[in-house]
Amino acid sequence: MNLLEVEKLRIWDGHSGNVLVENSTFQLKQGSCLAIVGESGSGKSLTCRAILRLNNNALRQSGEIRFQGVDLSLLDEREMRRRRGKQLYMILQNGMRAFDPTNVIGVHLRETLVHHYDWNASEITEKLKPAMLSVGLQDPIGILNKYPHQLSGGMLQRIMIALAIVLEPDIILADEPTTALDTVSKFEVVEQFIRLRERMGGSMIFVSHELGVVRKLADEVLVMKSGSIVELGTTADLFSNARHEYTRYLMSSQRMLNDRFQQLMGGAGIVGR
Amino acid sequence: MKRLRYLFNNKLAALSLILISATFIVGIFAPWMAPNDPNEVHMELRFASPSWEFLLGNDHLGRCVLSRLIHGIRPSVLWVLAALFVSAGLGTIIGFIAGYRRGRIDSFLMRICDIMLSFPGYVMILAIIGILGVGVENILLAFVLIKWAWFARIVRTSVMGYAELEYVKFSKALGVGNLRIMRTHILPVTLPDIAVASSSAYGSMVLQISGFSFLGLGIQAPHAEWGMMLNEAREVMFSRPEMMLAPGIMTVVFVSAVNFFADAIQVALDPKLRTNSSNRKYQSALVAEKMRRDEVA
Amino acid sequence: MGGYMLRRALVAIPLLIVVSFLTFILNTLSPMDPAEVVLHTQGVPRITDELLTETRAALGMDRPLLTRYWDWLLSCLRLDFGDSYVTGKPVWSLLGPAFVNTLQLTLVSVIAVILLSVALGILCALKEGKLLDKSIRSVSFILTSMPSYLLAALLVLYFSVKLDLLPTNGMDTVGSYILPVAVITISYAGIYFRIIRSSMLSNLNEDYVLFGRACGLPERKITKRILRNSLQMAVSVFCMAIPIILGSTVVVENIFAWPGLGTLSVKAILARDFPIVQAYVLVLAAAFVIVNSFSDMLNAWVNPKLREDR
Repeated sequence: MNLLEVEKLRIWDGHSGNVLVENSTFQLKQGSCLAIVGESGSGKSLTCRAILRLNNNALRQSGEIRFQGVDLSLLDEREMRRRRGKQLYMILQNGMRAFDPTNVIGVHLRETLVHHYDWNASEITEKLKPAMLSVGLQDPIGILNKYPHQLSGGMLQRIMIALAIVLEPDIILADEPTTALDTVSKFEVVEQFIRLRERMGGSMIFVSHELGVVRKLADEVLVMKSGSIVELGTTADLFSNARHEYTRYLMSSQRMLNDRFQQLMGGAGIVGR
Repeated sequence: MKRLRYLFNNKLAALSLILISATFIVGIFAPWMAPNDPNEVHMELRFASPSWEFLLGNDHLGRCVLSRLIHGIRPSVLWVLAALFVSAGLGTIIGFIAGYRRGRIDSFLMRICDIMLSFPGYVMILAIIGILGVGVENILLAFVLIKWAWFARIVRTSVMGYAELEYVKFSKALGVGNLRIMRTHILPVTLPDIAVASSSAYGSMVLQISGFSFLGLGIQAPHAEWGMMLNEAREVMFSRPEMMLAPGIMTVVFVSAVNFFADAIQVALDPKLRTNSSNRKYQSALVAEKMRRDEVA
Repeated sequence: MGGYMLRRALVAIPLLIVVSFLTFILNTLSPMDPAEVVLHTQGVPRITDELLTETRAALGMDRPLLTRYWDWLLSCLRLDFGDSYVTGKPVWSLLGPAFVNTLQLTLVSVIAVILLSVALGILCALKEGKLLDKSIRSVSFILTSMPSYLLAALLVLYFSVKLDLLPTNGMDTVGSYILPVAVITISYAGIYFRIIRSSMLSNLNEDYVLFGRACGLPERKITKRILRNSLQMAVSVFCMAIPIILGSTVVVENIFAWPGLGTLSVKAILARDFPIVQAYVLVLAAAFVIVNSFSDMLNAWVNPKLREDR
């Protein structure tokens, strides 16, 4: 059964009229992970945000986005907001910027949880603690009282994952969650994503340009190029015999980088770029 | 080039540039441009209305307002520009040394800058006039003494932002001489920052010097200067408020043009600053640096 | 936190010493001999060399520079800045009250500047690109390009002469604050509200806003965060504004005959009354350094990130 169906999604700039995403149609099956790959500027993130209706005001979108059979584009803002976070949760690329720099991390987590559930402060802490420990964050209480700039990018990324564990959304949309990280944190965060999937059995849309990560995580892959879908298929299929020239090009350039990287690192590259 | 084209596509910015250049040219050729002798007194023509001979009328001594306005460009606009160039040049050299060499030279130079900047601009100017006496040249000297430190700070921040970039490190690793790296790699990219800083400082400097002349601390009679003309007009403000019009409008229009142009330069440079993420931090530092000295008169 | 405060305070002390030394040697840089000036202002008919040496000794000018500096500094700390050349009165008896008056004017103006620019900044950011935003920005653009004395003259012409509402000079009543404060506020708020506006707008595009929305937080909470973040930036800006405004009330004070430091110093300069000029420079520079340190501390207190960056 399809949990999310995107049909003829079109995104364009309201001022200049430039079309950024054209005629994009795809489905997300219950419990599966769909990766969206492509170079930067190919419209991956825009698609992701369009599902949550969170693109910049200057951008317009049309088409149908059906989530559990309901067309999200027809919902009013309040209904939409109720679904954001609790049902559709987004993990951003740069943890460093995703949290309000003037508040400690705990403020955001608590505000979000209070908004969606009727929990009191101690209940929230009880829920957050195991979630944070499970993503490898020791001393959860200490971390909740830290400002974003006092934590590393990898830790912030894992905090976002921990929040997902508590919120138990139906779909997690991860927008390049590993791009801003160094190799070691990247490895850890990818491990957390794999565990997250095992644990929650949830569905996921994973935006990335890192094919190595995608190969580990995704069931299906969608390749985008300058706003259009050029290929869509299962991960195994796509990696063994890509049909579209662009996909092959992406893979070969990735492989070259990867080989080069492995050469330099003496074969130590765990998750290739 | 693209940025320059942007400036010309922006009509208001182009208009500002034309206005500024026109003022410069009229100022440089003032003796030939002015219809009359700016200091010639015609007591019989006191406060006369505009006539064919005196297009903007006459002041309280019957002097030609238009000619005084034109001659006033020199101290009000051109000399300030010269002071700006000197202080920007000095600041650039020192900022380059500090930002490129780093280490002890840097911290030494920055301490000096700290000291210079710990005198508020107006106080510094008043101190210098207080010692050396009243006069435009002393105010200009004060400008140079204050502003070089400010420019040095900005240039240093800018140079430091670029000296860390890969291609500069690469050139260093290749053994390219320091002077050459500065000239070919760093100077071209810091020039826009210097241009933005200078153009935004210029407007406030013009306002300041006219403010001091207005107080009687700047240019001395009978020489013409816009602030001075406004001061003379103030004495008859209640009976003949229209005397303030010509120098007032001239100052506002010119400073607006300068400020507008400065803004346009900044906007023209902005996309570059925004897309290059390595500049993010340094850009905010630059803004902070600018704010530290944003004074108005 | 405490460490940063202490460090910031310690930086100010050597700065104060250097500033005071520079102020001290200002006098020696003067092309005129102070002894001569003193004799002139006292109306001595014939100045002989003998008389000059005598006066110099009386002024203590024959001793080494550093000793003189030390003595001078000690007496300055006791607020003894010597006597005015012109009136013969102790400098502090003139400077002290003037300093208080200037501080009052600055304080009221700074509050007005902050209120006006925060209000306008938020308003314009919320209405970005709309007519209101555009018109406020254009008007402020022209006003900031206007010399403050011209603005003052226009306000006086309208409010004092035409409407006969407000006093044009002095500081006798509350009403006499209105015009000078208005001039300062209009000049500076025009700069600062633009900073608040652009800081709010740049915050709107930050990832934390996106993430907050993606977590389903209500718009009210998001706006609160944007405000918090932009105001934090604003705090740094206003912290810098306080000493700047304190140092630049000269023109406004002179126009409205405000009995403050600006008026006093210009009079002293025109009369070549060095002790007053020197004390004025010292007092304002010291105030500038101190206010700057305080505003840096305030800033660090509000912006936790700053404390660690330095």
